[in-house]
Amino acid sequence: MNHWITIPVVLPALTAAVLVLLLRSGILVQRVLSVASTIALLAVAIGLWSLSMEGPRAYLIGSWPAPFGIVLVLDRLSALMLLLTSIIACAAVLYSIMGWDTRGRHFHALFQFQLLGINGSFLTGDVFNLFVFFEVMLIASYGLVLHGGGPWRLKAGFQYVAINLIASTMFLFAVGLMYGVTGTLNMADLAVKVAKLPTGDHALLAVSAVLLFAVFAVKCALVPLHWWLPNTYSAGPAPAIALFAVLTKVGAYAIIRVHTLVFGADALAISGLLQQLLFSAAILTLVLGAVGVLASRTMLDLASYSIIASMGTLLVASVGLEPRQLAAALYYLLHSTLTGAALFLLVDVIAAARGQAIDKLVPNMAVPRATLLGGLFLLAGMAMVGLPPLSGFVGKIVILDSMRGTSVALVAWTAILSTSLLLLVGYARAGSTLFWKSGTVRPAQGQVRSLRVAPVTIVGCLLAATVALSVFGGAVMTAMDATAREILKPDGYIRAVLDPAVLAER
Amino acid sequence: MELLVASAIGMLTAVGVYLLLRRRTLPVIVGLSFLSYAVNLFLFAMGRLTIDQPPILTPDRTSYTDPLPQALVLTAIVISFGMTALIVVLALRGYLETGSDDAAIRDDDLVRDFGSDPRAGK
Repeated sequence: MNHWITIPVVLPALTAAVLVLLLRSGILVQRVLSVASTIALLAVAIGLWSLSMEGPRAYLIGSWPAPFGIVLVLDRLSALMLLLTSIIACAAVLYSIMGWDTRGRHFHALFQFQLLGINGSFLTGDVFNLFVFFEVMLIASYGLVLHGGGPWRLKAGFQYVAINLIASTMFLFAVGLMYGVTGTLNMADLAVKVAKLPTGDHALLAVSAVLLFAVFAVKCALVPLHWWLPNTYSAGPAPAIALFAVLTKVGAYAIIRVHTLVFGADALAISGLLQQLLFSAAILTLVLGAVGVLASRTMLDLASYSIIASMGTLLVASVGLEPRQLAAALYYLLHSTLTGAALFLLVDVIAAARGQAIDKLVPNMAVPRATLLGGLFLLAGMAMVGLPPLSGFVGKIVILDSMRGTSVALVAWTAILSTSLLLLVGYARAGSTLFWKSGTVRPAQGQVRSLRVAPVTIVGCLLAATVALSVFGGAVMTAMDATAREILKPDGYIRAVLDPAVLAER
Repeated sequence: MELLVASAIGMLTAVGVYLLLRRRTLPVIVGLSFLSYAVNLFLFAMGRLTIDQPPILTPDRTSYTDPLPQALVLTAIVISFGMTALIVVLALRGYLETGSDDAAIRDDDLVRDFGSDPRAGK
């Protein structure tokens, strides 16, 4: 067993615990520790990504044999998600040490706990353990949303906590049903048992699958379970929200993982049912997100609805269990996470620079360094909308191309192309209001704000990453293709987790 | 016994869902508690209903009760307990800071702060 697999879970857990103890030692120590730990996490994630090339491998916690103990499983998909998370986390933690972390206490501890939850969700190979890691991730995110305080955060936080508690309860119902029907909660074992389920139990399992799907749909803000996202993402502190760009992807990851592994292509009729549900919800999400972008009155709404629209695009592509579509969806996942995080940080920078107009989309006094900020906004907008030459364009092209010839191609093409136009109009309107129409209002005394270099640099780096994603598109797509092929052939995963003797028995 | 347990779970869920649909924070919290009671009972029942059996399998016993759902329920109880505590504090703070226990967000709650400089948003 390779013990490095546990590091993405153990390292943030230890760091967070030490950070809580260091509360009285001043913010500097906390910052150094938090940043160092996050960078170490990035290094480990890169190492695990190269390790995952050798095929899926399991880590049996406490050496209890699967399916009796809890397993962590590293395969290409989980390694990819770990790598993405640690990149975003580095950007977010560096952004937070410029001041956001002093608006309340325990920012860094909560941040590390959130990383623990996210990394655990990606690594775990057990459905109930997935629930536990979801809860760890969520309870840290509740704290992060409330960081800084204020009535607005409390109200938005209450709604966010309430919807997630309902989702957690549904998760438990689904897990209970699944255990009642199959007698196991280990994902690899479930995959084996679901395929051999007696016909009488199919309906119960289908109920469990749909409940589970609804829970993941809440996490990734699928219509009609999306309404919590704009309020929550507008309320939280910017660096935390940048990390939340990964949070929605945890839902998408869970859908892809459970769908391909447990309810795989040949498992009964459940896969077809899930695909139908997912496709219609994803199309609706895409349309509603685009309309939301067009109708938004603040930059935060604009960014939030862009996230919703990008989740729609991603999930439209991940509907078909085809390697090409799934590879395209994974590429788009990378792109939309990086762009979403960059966009939320950029909104924070621009809104701070605009003084009292904050993030409202109304003409106001000229933004300082308008060329630089406007240029970055243009880049972020282009990436989000999907204009060449940035990664959004490449992502949408590969999605459109992979859908060609499928039965849903017409609907998917129409939806993706027409919503791209809506997004384009929305971003053009927002950008021209912010940067071209501004300057009409003369700044009052003391309202002109200077712009600091470091926050802008971080936004620039994230946007540069999306450019890199586009420049090295071929290499990235090859890796995504390999990942998609691996998760569509769950045999390797199952054999990595279950002992051959156990497997022969089943 | 099946009927009793099943109808108890059903009743608890129905009460929980009804209270969740209220607009004020306290009924929502009570509703969430009812839902979590329902799900705890449900998880427990998923190990099949058996009476007077030990949760341990020994060579001389032919019947036993499934210990795994009991472990799951314990975890679920602990988590839902923590979450309930958190949401109660959240609702109380919200009530004290805004003067209403309405769960909806009004436009005049919209006071936000931006920027990495701690003094900028003030």
